[in-house]
Amino acid sequence: KCPSHHESVINTKWEFSPPARTHVNYEVKEDVAVIRMNDPTSKVNTLSVQMQNEMIEVFNEVLANDAVQSAVLISSKPGCFIAGADINMIQACNTSEEVTKLSQEGQKMFARIEKSPKPIVAAINGPCLGGGLEFAIACQYRVATKSKKTVLGTPEVMLGLLPGAGGTQRLPKMVGIPGAFDMMLTGRNIRADKAKKMGLVHQLVDPLGPGLKSPEERTIEYLEEVAIQCAKGIVNKKISLTKEKGMMQKVQDYVMGIEFVRQQIYKTVTAKVMKMSKGLYPAPLKIIESVKAGLEQGPDSGYLAEAQNFGKLAMTSESNALIGLYHGQVACKKNRFGVPERPVKNLAILGAGLMGAGIAQVTVDKGIHTVLKDTTVEGLSRGQQQVYKGLNDKTKKKTITSFERDFTLASLTGQLDYSGFEKADMVIEAVFEDLNIKHRVIKEVEAVIPPHCIFATNTSALPIKDIAAASIRPEKVIGMHYFSPVDKMQLLEIITTDKTSKDTTASAVAVGLKQGKVIIVVGDGPGFYTTRCLAPMLAEAVRLLQEGVDPKKLDALTTGFGFPVGAATLADEVGIDVAAHVAEDLGKAFGSRFGGGNVEVLKTMVEKGFKGRKSGKGCYVYTPGLKSKDVNPDIEDVLEKYKLTPNPSSDSDVQYRLVSRFVNEAVMCLQEGILNGPVEGDIGAVFGLGFPPCLGGPFRFVDTFGANKLVEKMKRYEEVYGNHFTPCQLLLDHAKDSSKRFHK
Amino acid sequence: MASMLMNSLRCCPPVNPAWAVQYATRSLSTSVQLHAQVQTKSKKTLAKPGVKNIVLVEGVRTPFLLSGTTYADLMPHDLARAALQGLLHKTSLPKDAVDYIIYGTVIQEVKTSNVAREASLGAGFSDKIPSHTVTMACISSNVAMTTGVGLITAGQCDTIVAGGVEFMSDVPIRHSRKMRKTMLALNRAKTLGQRLSLIGSIRMAHLTPELPAVAEFSTAETMGHSADRLAAAFGVTRLEQDEFALRSHTLAKQAQDAGLLSDVISFKVPGRDTVAKDNGIRPSSMEQLAKLKPAFIKPHGTVTAANSSFLTDGASAVLIMSEEKALAMGYKPKAYLRYSVILTPKTSCCLGDYSSSMVMSLFLLFRPAYGTPKVLARAGLTMDDIDVFEFHEAFAGQIMANLKALDSDWFAQTYMGRKAKVGAPAMEKFNLWGGSLSLGHPFGATGCRLVTTVAHRLLKEGGQYGLVAACAAGGQGHAMVIEAYPQ
Repeated sequence: KCPSHHESVINTKWEFSPPARTHVNYEVKEDVAVIRMNDPTSKVNTLSVQMQNEMIEVFNEVLANDAVQSAVLISSKPGCFIAGADINMIQACNTSEEVTKLSQEGQKMFARIEKSPKPIVAAINGPCLGGGLEFAIACQYRVATKSKKTVLGTPEVMLGLLPGAGGTQRLPKMVGIPGAFDMMLTGRNIRADKAKKMGLVHQLVDPLGPGLKSPEERTIEYLEEVAIQCAKGIVNKKISLTKEKGMMQKVQDYVMGIEFVRQQIYKTVTAKVMKMSKGLYPAPLKIIESVKAGLEQGPDSGYLAEAQNFGKLAMTSESNALIGLYHGQVACKKNRFGVPERPVKNLAILGAGLMGAGIAQVTVDKGIHTVLKDTTVEGLSRGQQQVYKGLNDKTKKKTITSFERDFTLASLTGQLDYSGFEKADMVIEAVFEDLNIKHRVIKEVEAVIPPHCIFATNTSALPIKDIAAASIRPEKVIGMHYFSPVDKMQLLEIITTDKTSKDTTASAVAVGLKQGKVIIVVGDGPGFYTTRCLAPMLAEAVRLLQEGVDPKKLDALTTGFGFPVGAATLADEVGIDVAAHVAEDLGKAFGSRFGGGNVEVLKTMVEKGFKGRKSGKGCYVYTPGLKSKDVNPDIEDVLEKYKLTPNPSSDSDVQYRLVSRFVNEAVMCLQEGILNGPVEGDIGAVFGLGFPPCLGGPFRFVDTFGANKLVEKMKRYEEVYGNHFTPCQLLLDHAKDSSKRFHK
Repeated sequence: MASMLMNSLRCCPPVNPAWAVQYATRSLSTSVQLHAQVQTKSKKTLAKPGVKNIVLVEGVRTPFLLSGTTYADLMPHDLARAALQGLLHKTSLPKDAVDYIIYGTVIQEVKTSNVAREASLGAGFSDKIPSHTVTMACISSNVAMTTGVGLITAGQCDTIVAGGVEFMSDVPIRHSRKMRKTMLALNRAKTLGQRLSLIGSIRMAHLTPELPAVAEFSTAETMGHSADRLAAAFGVTRLEQDEFALRSHTLAKQAQDAGLLSDVISFKVPGRDTVAKDNGIRPSSMEQLAKLKPAFIKPHGTVTAANSSFLTDGASAVLIMSEEKALAMGYKPKAYLRYSVILTPKTSCCLGDYSSSMVMSLFLLFRPAYGTPKVLARAGLTMDDIDVFEFHEAFAGQIMANLKALDSDWFAQTYMGRKAKVGAPAMEKFNLWGGSLSLGHPFGATGCRLVTTVAHRLLKEGGQYGLVAACAAGGQGHAMVIEAYPQ
């Protein structure tokens, strides 16, 4: 068979072309080069070395091609433009100079894009983040789809870094100084319509529905068509790149032109950052520094400052910790137990309290029919109102429409009896923390549910095997420990007993993932992992109060260490009664190691009605509508009664007394096999208990701080306070051998 | 009602089970079962033994006028009254010979919310004839007709007047909710002090009025926006849309000039002239159409004012009877009303995933593509058997998208659960006397116009079967097979 002429042409073409590109390619449509990105090795596009090299190659070809007047930059992946730079590329560097060089290469590439004589239109569908955004804003024009998946942002700060490829220099010019600071310092995602208002994109395109192709495919095609029109429009001057400035914009530009005003802004922003970060996070300050260098000393200094600061930040322990958390979070969003045999379609929740209703709220909008059962009409309607309010708040913020709210709520059934439980695939009980009640409930439920139904118990401290003791099918019993408020707290701690089947675990993880949770799966035992770590720290906090440390001072020291919430406030949030309950239970289980503070302090507080925020009084007095809070004057009598004579402790000692007990218990959980590994331990501590993210979790903290230094401190405290501070064996092992690390 | 539901269950096409379930639960289709009458002349008749034949005796409409023109000072029931009187006049029907009167309307005038009653009394019908108003967006008068057909089929009535009216020259513009709340509270206030404090609470924001929008309540997307996205999804170009709009206006003009639009009655508007013609027909040139800017999606959209239907005032009315009764009363029926389906969307339950409301709104204007194969299957016909097509033209882009969908195997397989496409209607049979784009589209009245036009075209062109298809907001639609009455 003779090859046709057409084929032979293609063949000759191939012979002359360089080795086939895998990530970036382009085709010329009339006089527009459509540059398509697609990383074949990943679900998302990242600016990897390969991607960058091929991009430069393609860019050079496009510039050299006389048939091309303009270009469109688009991703062939349906749901992703560029998700960011390749983190591994940064982590592979050993010195800050190497990272600075990476940054400078990026800057150089985007500077060429920015100065391109042929206009380039970025056509954005899906995430356009970090390096992807820096790429897009170097282009001459931006078109984005209004899809919910399309978000723009500079999340580098959350990894302890800064936008290191010109972002700190271009953004302030594009969206104004305040807008740029807001984007870079919060790292938040910006939806397409907001981006248009901010001036970050020029034009919006609606996502399309079913047509002659699948919606995703056709939407990208449509985006490309519109972007090509724009590219042509720029070339033939129908679209002007210099936007007419509105009155407000002119005024704003004028005001920002005054140096004094700019200095005030730097000052205010820096003060705000210091207040929020307690100076524990270097990245925000470096971002301000880089922006300032560019605006005050010109672009050369600005770009240099950006590249150098980027290099410095990449070598900080904070960035290392935050990147570790990022990887951990990704790992904890996967189901390592496989696909469950049957997906949960009907979920029943027992107890419409804060927890129960919160679980309902995060479940009902995921296409799972949810039953919320309580024993009283009052309890039930309070819970239903909570779910409604949660969804209605989203409506007010315009993340969902009122129709979507109503449609979602149609999948929620509130009831007082067990009708319909014969259809339940999973029951989560969130009733009062009392073993007898839990036993009664499990028996009632097992009488009505089908054989495949899973019984999950939401408890913060009762061992699951004790609860499962009342069950006739313990392989279907599992613990699902949610954190309050359920719709805000990302963590879900799943507890398996040695009888829990693998499929039950897989199913619980699948439900949790649907609910949007970051999940750790831990072994059974008193307090599991999270509660068990928190308890000794709270015991130490109580001791400190007994020693006469003011609650406000205690809070300041803990937040100063990096905890988002102070220890005294945390006790109030958790509930003094719950804390007392847990302290007593765990005290019995673990003995004197969990001592320190006197449980009687908490018990007396509960007796007096100081149950924390929910009762209006705890360590503090809470007045509805008032944000500031005063120390509860009545606890002084209680503390006076149980007063301890303090040993001289510096502020730093106070902090390490709290933290070392937390960390030691965490390491012990790993030692005892409660934890599957240090990654889950770090994620659980940070996302569930607010362990300082800049330290990356207890295990990374030991690695960074040094196990030997920690053990040394603990031994010093041990001499004074006794076995509360005895380091566990695993920690001692790490102290002895400095090459031993939890994270490689 | 129950039997209708049962019918819809039985009539599910044996396609993939997921679809079948969705249809069973989501769609309420009225299947028209007709009683047998001896039909010998044509081999192809759709009459079935034991099924009552229902006929269209006559259909009329007022001229459809651009809103804000000659009808501007009327009220909706005045227009409906004119259509009813025109029907009475044309048929010489005794005013007490009607069993039931049903009207369709979309934007309701609150003073005459049962516009069917106000119009029929005003038109001189006996006050013993019950009358009610139905609403189902742009297929409201279609529903008025199918409701009537249902009443005849059920043996409750023999003679039905159905119709529709829309009056866009005046729409209810309301005070804001805040203002309404204050005014209602003012009603209940007992003391002067209470009244004064309520009046004092009125702020500027209270005075912003609420305008009715031609938009979906559930998605807040306007119809024009939705049509533009639909056109884009099917790759319908601006040129195709402009060409179709021009075709509609040109054909309408020809039909008007040739006197084919015989359903239009002349109407002496109180205080104004007599109106005898539709005034929205404006054949233009492609160059002029190309000059217009997109009306909804700017700047790259393709739907313009010229390739969309315009806001229209108008009313229509039809006389529907059992064949037996019509013949007994000495009428010569124009057509049989045969199979009819009303569809609701196949809602995808993927909230939060791809924004189901977005997907849903795309289905808004999309019913003809779904309704056509369904009603054909029920009648046992194919596209080729149909001699006359009358599709409602809400937007040129919407019509073109529907035609492309009907002609796509991929679409039929992916979204309709069919093995293959049914094919697009032949353009030489399609909307030959103009359509909603050119004649106008008074939302509530268009359905009766479509059915009457099919009957008239079958008579004129000598065809056997006609098909009506129309879409409506809320993702609903209607399709009906009409058979020529042997002459």
